[in-house]
Amino acid sequence: MRSRETTALGVAIVGAIIIEVLMKLGVINPYWELIIQYACILTIATLGLNMIYGFNGQFSLGHVAFYGLGAYASAIVTKAWTGDNPLGFLAAIIVGGLVAAIVGFLIGLPILRLGSDYLGIATLGFGYIVKVTFDNADAWIPMMGGSRGMTGIVKMTSWPWVAVAAILAVVIMRNVVYSSHGRAVLSVRENEIAASAMGIDIARYKTVAFVMGCFYAGIAGALYAHLYSFLHPSNFDFLKSVDMLLIVVLGGLGSMSGTIMAALGWTFLLEGLRVILPPEILDFRFVIYPLLLIIAMLLRPKGLFGGMEWSFLRAPKVEKRAHGVNTES
Amino acid sequence: MASILKVDSLCKNFGGLKAVNNVSFTVEKGGLVGLIGPNGAGKTTIFNLVTGHYEPTSGQVLFEDKSLVGVSPSAITRRGVARTFQNIRLFGELSVLDNVRIAFHCRVGYSLVDSVFRLPAFQHEERKLTEQAQMLLEMFNLGDKQDEKAGSLPYGEQRRLEIARALATKPQLLLLDEPAAGMNPSEIHTLLDMIRFIRKRFDLSILLIEHQMRVVMGVCERIFVMDFGEILAEGTPGEIQSNPKVIEAYLGKGVA
Amino acid sequence: MVDLSYLAQQVINGLQLGFVYALIALGYTMVYGIIRLINFAHGDIFMIGAYVGFFSYSVLHWDFLPGILFSMVVCVIVAVIIERLAYKPLRNAPRIAALITAIGVSMFLEYFTSLKFVFGPNPRQFPRPFEVVTWQIGGINVNSIQLIILVVTLAMLALLQFVVYRTKMGMAMRGVSFDFDTAKLMGINVDVVVSFTFALGSALAGAGGILFAIAYPQVQPFMGIMPGLKAFVAAVLGGIGIIPGALLGALIMGQAEVLTAAFVSTTWKDAVAFAILIIVLMVKPTGLLGKRGTDKV
Repeated sequence: MRSRETTALGVAIVGAIIIEVLMKLGVINPYWELIIQYACILTIATLGLNMIYGFNGQFSLGHVAFYGLGAYASAIVTKAWTGDNPLGFLAAIIVGGLVAAIVGFLIGLPILRLGSDYLGIATLGFGYIVKVTFDNADAWIPMMGGSRGMTGIVKMTSWPWVAVAAILAVVIMRNVVYSSHGRAVLSVRENEIAASAMGIDIARYKTVAFVMGCFYAGIAGALYAHLYSFLHPSNFDFLKSVDMLLIVVLGGLGSMSGTIMAALGWTFLLEGLRVILPPEILDFRFVIYPLLLIIAMLLRPKGLFGGMEWSFLRAPKVEKRAHGVNTES
Repeated sequence: MASILKVDSLCKNFGGLKAVNNVSFTVEKGGLVGLIGPNGAGKTTIFNLVTGHYEPTSGQVLFEDKSLVGVSPSAITRRGVARTFQNIRLFGELSVLDNVRIAFHCRVGYSLVDSVFRLPAFQHEERKLTEQAQMLLEMFNLGDKQDEKAGSLPYGEQRRLEIARALATKPQLLLLDEPAAGMNPSEIHTLLDMIRFIRKRFDLSILLIEHQMRVVMGVCERIFVMDFGEILAEGTPGEIQSNPKVIEAYLGKGVA
Repeated sequence: MVDLSYLAQQVINGLQLGFVYALIALGYTMVYGIIRLINFAHGDIFMIGAYVGFFSYSVLHWDFLPGILFSMVVCVIVAVIIERLAYKPLRNAPRIAALITAIGVSMFLEYFTSLKFVFGPNPRQFPRPFEVVTWQIGGINVNSIQLIILVVTLAMLALLQFVVYRTKMGMAMRGVSFDFDTAKLMGINVDVVVSFTFALGSALAGAGGILFAIAYPQVQPFMGIMPGLKAFVAAVLGGIGIIPGALLGALIMGQAEVLTAAFVSTTWKDAVAFAILIIVLMVKPTGLLGKRGTDKV
């Protein structure tokens, strides 16, 4: 049956509980508490990009714009209305996801029909426009702070919120991918012309994947905003989109496990280098990690996971038919 | 309706090139029709016009008496027209089984929400479509390879998979684009048997492009011959075989 | 009421910027045309050109012309090394791998330049290697910098035109960008052609770096990011892979940026350029001078 998935889910939940206990006991210090949560938030955002680019094949260089939209939208909700009310925070997170999804839908309508490189440029441009909008937003919504940044956001995010969101994100993504709709998304990546000839509405499924990916980014952004309590437009610039793209590609396009590993690994590598390297050569870490990136690409151009998945994230095994008897696991 | 497909005065220009020039023909319900001609005659262009991948410059395409012009390829497939491609267009990185399952998607009833929460509608339909996909694969002797990557299959099996996949969309009309390309005589023999079989089994009308005479002669009931974007001749295999214009088109003047 | 001489002044400024963008955009478009790679590190070659100029002019006290030529030479060398080490091995890998590598190279160049023992992360004042003279023509100021930019850019364009259309190498470049595999079969040494294309584009970018630094006299390690991005957008705007398109796109981008800064607001100037791009792509997806290719079905 689905035992390996249930086991994995169990392990994840137990692991999350253990981490919570360690945090409450002070074994994990506040600095690493932030890092662990940030790593999981980044994972949710990049899983969204993996849906758009890894699974659906649409090259988006503006993903961080949706992360930012979710961040600011949710921050406005808590700052202006719900304050430190947990249910309010839940509503704010959902609003963040929805705002990102709706904007994604609207911009997707005209640009998703562009071919891959052109889509990359258009999304890059869109991302830039969104960032500049954040810079100037205080002209319309003063509390957003514009280029001074948005301060005073309630620190609502904590490990339980992040862990639940991350686990749900993975489970939902998996369930979508291993369904007929998920296969339709994949077919668009594989061969658009053949997919349309097989009755798949290409425009519809590009939109579905894009909106879902943007929703994930929005949710992640909402959690991010309430983790650091401060938002600045420079957090959402092109270079950040590049970071997310790097993670998805490094992990292996279309591999959820790869994205998760790369997002966690990336965050911990950056922090790890900061801890390991002596202060005199601290700046070197910014030279080391692009070198590592280049080497990784040269050695494994298909990414670390290259299309493979951990066992519990793999497609459900379909038993071969034996003369009229069919069992599916 | 006696004809399932009616092409009327169809034209397609690419810049100055008249790829298809005033072509008209019909395919009767249940018919097995061949469209032959030398390379570059415009045969695949006709297919692309029928399936909506190209828009006609002028003219009409009627399927079951309803116009297909301006309809998107995916909608045309949902109406009941399926095709294979001259250059194989499988979903190479996906499994053989998934290639076929994707083609069932247009007939699937469950929603995204059903998928996310693994509701009964999902479980039931997913099982059903998987079974049907497997049965189809078995029919084409690909059952054992269901988990392999489609791109790793040998050429002949890829061609079979393309046909199986097209059949999964539950078409009334099947367009086969050079199904015998790259096949040796014994493979062609199997292919012809398979075409006759699926026509009966699935109650299909079939329009077939080939430029190998032997294939078409063996299985088609009526043949249209094209050259330079126009219909040159039409008739039964016997009539076509002895038509001087056809021989000239294939072999050049002076040989007829 | 728009002050006409103010407008004319801004148009001139827009041309100045546009020509510099053109020098960068050409490199992007040529490399994309030949190997379909968006060379994200190209903007950083521009930066290197500027820094080499900084070194030549403020440390070695060279004159303008030797300085610019030296920059071009260094940029060519750096670019060819990068191409051979990082891009060539990935020619048969999925395209995204080369793209990510280009991003890695870009970051490496930026952060390496900003290391303390190299040039450091702080902006440096760029010394002008010639006297700036300003002329008044009908109420508009034109200075020698703008003249030099115009002259140098036109000279480079003429040179490029000559190379691409009147030399064997240029013909090879056009052949390879049209059909890589066939060109190989025709006996063209594609490796040399690709390296040459990188070299040519980088020489232009290096020159562009010097001209930019003369016009806006400050250098810092990340100075190549925005101009590089805008030049790339310009290349796409004009039709990626099409040389005149890069020039056209760059001039439009330069004008859009300067006019927006002058008449709307400086904070929106960059966004306007991208908005123009998106609109153009909606209407003409292959760019202003681009040709529509049909997918063989």
